[in-house]
Amino acid sequence: MRTKTNIILAGVGGQGILTIAAILDTAALDNNLNVKQSEVHGMSQRGGAVQSHVRISDKPIYSDLIPQGKADMIISVEPMELLRYLPFLKKDGYLITDSNPFENISNYPELETLYNEIKSHKNHILINAMKIAKDLGNSKATNMVLLGAASSLIPLSDESFQKAIATLFERKGERIVAKNLEAYLKGKEIAAEIVS
Amino acid sequence: MKKLLLGNEALAQGAIDAGISGVYAYPGTPSTEITEYIQKSKIAQESNIHSSWSVNEKTAMEAALGMSYAGKKSMVVMKHVGLNVAADVFMNMSVSGINGGLVVVVADDPSMHSSQNEQDSRYYGKFAMIPILEPSNQQECYEITKYAFELSEELGLPVLIRMVTRLSHSRAGVITGEKVAQNNIHLPKLSTQFQLIPMHARGRYQNLVDLQPDMLKISENSDFNTFHQGTNKTIGIIASGIAYNYLMENFEDGECPYPILKISQYPLPKNPIKQLFDTCEKILVLEDGYPFIEEAISDFLGENRKIIGRLSGDIPRVGELNPDNIANALGFDIVLNGDLPKVVLGRPPQLCVGCGHNDLFDAINVLKKETENQQVFGDIGCSALGVLSPYKSINTLIEMGASITMAKGASDAGIHPAIAVIGDSTFTHSGMTGLLDAIIENTPITVIISDNSAIAMTGAQDSAASGRLISICKGLGLDEDHLKVITPLHKNLQENIDIIREEINHKGVSVIIAQRPCVQLPKEKKDKLKEYKNVSIN
Ligand code: SF4
Repeated sequence: MRTKTNIILAGVGGQGILTIAAILDTAALDNNLNVKQSEVHGMSQRGGAVQSHVRISDKPIYSDLIPQGKADMIISVEPMELLRYLPFLKKDGYLITDSNPFENISNYPELETLYNEIKSHKNHILINAMKIAKDLGNSKATNMVLLGAASSLIPLSDESFQKAIATLFERKGERIVAKNLEAYLKGKEIAAEIVS
Repeated sequence: MKKLLLGNEALAQGAIDAGISGVYAYPGTPSTEITEYIQKSKIAQESNIHSSWSVNEKTAMEAALGMSYAGKKSMVVMKHVGLNVAADVFMNMSVSGINGGLVVVVADDPSMHSSQNEQDSRYYGKFAMIPILEPSNQQECYEITKYAFELSEELGLPVLIRMVTRLSHSRAGVITGEKVAQNNIHLPKLSTQFQLIPMHARGRYQNLVDLQPDMLKISENSDFNTFHQGTNKTIGIIASGIAYNYLMENFEDGECPYPILKISQYPLPKNPIKQLFDTCEKILVLEDGYPFIEEAISDFLGENRKIIGRLSGDIPRVGELNPDNIANALGFDIVLNGDLPKVVLGRPPQLCVGCGHNDLFDAINVLKKETENQQVFGDIGCSALGVLSPYKSINTLIEMGASITMAKGASDAGIHPAIAVIGDSTFTHSGMTGLLDAIIENTPITVIISDNSAIAMTGAQDSAASGRLISICKGLGLDEDHLKVITPLHKNLQENIDIIREEINHKGVSVIIAQRPCVQLPKEKKDKLKEYKNVSIN
């Protein structure tokens, strides 16, 4: 199995992309793989563009940053933020994003233009993850829907993802763990239909 | 077992395991998580390691020196510009030397992700003539920190560890080792060591100069400086700190055909550089930050282009390194699958919804329309976002504390109204002394302390100002009639405008405290603030 995977996580400061990063890290360590994961602290966390580079490999990983054109996928919680990192995507890499915009700038682009740009890439999963999470009764689990949607493209076992989710949310109680697992599985199910 | 740690956290764990008795710091991106890690560490709490925040970097470094004087190991942590604030003690404690091991950690911010410049702290280390360590990865952050304390005690000098944002804020698995015991109290053997009156200082300075050859020898034999022979001598590469990772990323499985000298300890090791210089046709220098090494080993007139890097233009002169600009310098092609689509717009940071600064700026902007000459001098922190639209309320932003003193100077020059806007924590960090200047001369300025009761930008740490602002202003001698407290809420807009206008019209110093807690404060902290509510002006 190909284990070397470069993932860019994108969003707006405060949207919580680091939860996805933490689960990827934990799952990768659980599989005895090497991980490097960079994140943004400081000024941009105040409603600015933020990203995290997650690198997983069975070999030593040198750079903390993914080189341009080398990301296997970009997972974004916001459609414009997804496109911001396009120069990092490798040929035939995957775009996975929530369709809901986070409009905190006055000249936010037309949604259709953004969607068309996303759809012009062969490999994309554009879903209303927020609605899916809300319908499951936990709008905070949007991230888990997206992670689920991306999971089959990442060379980590489903079991290790589920274990990582359980570990990460353990402090918040069984109900929250269950809700997040549910969101993850729903994302996985929906992506299976799109990817196949 | 491997623990997944940020570079900052690995460094902090290294300090705990090196047996520190205290860490002293003021929060600043990208350095904040080092101290926070120690504050949260169970072992640190059990072993009574001091870790509360200091009022600024200078007080922090002096306290660390005091702990070292007493014989215990201490660490002081700051962002790069914080070292400017602490430069006085920094330069002088290299002359006095230390007693218990003392390590100064400075996190630089190449590309200015959260800073106003990208100054390179290695110049400070060289200026102070002390050893500098520059880890390249998270494991090295841990090991170098433990080693730094040994080195500090061996030489009797402070040691500087230089971090950069990308290493500070990136995680990887780290293997930790044994914990070294803390020191017991033991005073300096030489009673004159810390008495820097000229007659003693001359001797101490001579001692520092005499230690330089030893420092060079240690760095030439350091395990952190490694030499990779390589087979292709058309180019030899010097890569310092994190630059080494970006370099190796460009070679499949780390198989680099060129000789590489990785530098993580200074003074610059002469021998291997000479070896590279003699055997290779060209030398490429890769370093994050300023061209510190390149400048040191290049010829002054630049006629000998044997050495290339940022100065020669092969690497961009400004901004941080990454695997791509190094690939370019090596002549490798970068295959891009797509450009940045035009539809993507910038998304600059902005104030949180419900932030009190917002309503303060609304009031200031209304007043701006009333007078032609109003100038607003801003300061570091979340309130600095008032520079950007939609507020555009602030005319200047330079460094910690400059709002009050720049307003004073502008007022002395004849500007009116001259308004200073400063956060509560920035005020206690560096604003109080400037306010005293203005009070002494009763300069007609209006100082607005935007009191969100937190060091907000770096993550809502406790502010030294909480509950103390009124007594500080009164203690500095401010006329109580011109000390006002307002609540920056939309419903109070008109009232607040009236109060600020009245104080602008006062022919002397006024202070207006605009009080509204940061929305990012956790509930326990907000509750604690209620205790301070009883502090009234009268
Ligand atoms: S963190 Fe606090 S002070 Fe900073 S913008 Fe948000 S609410 Fe305002």
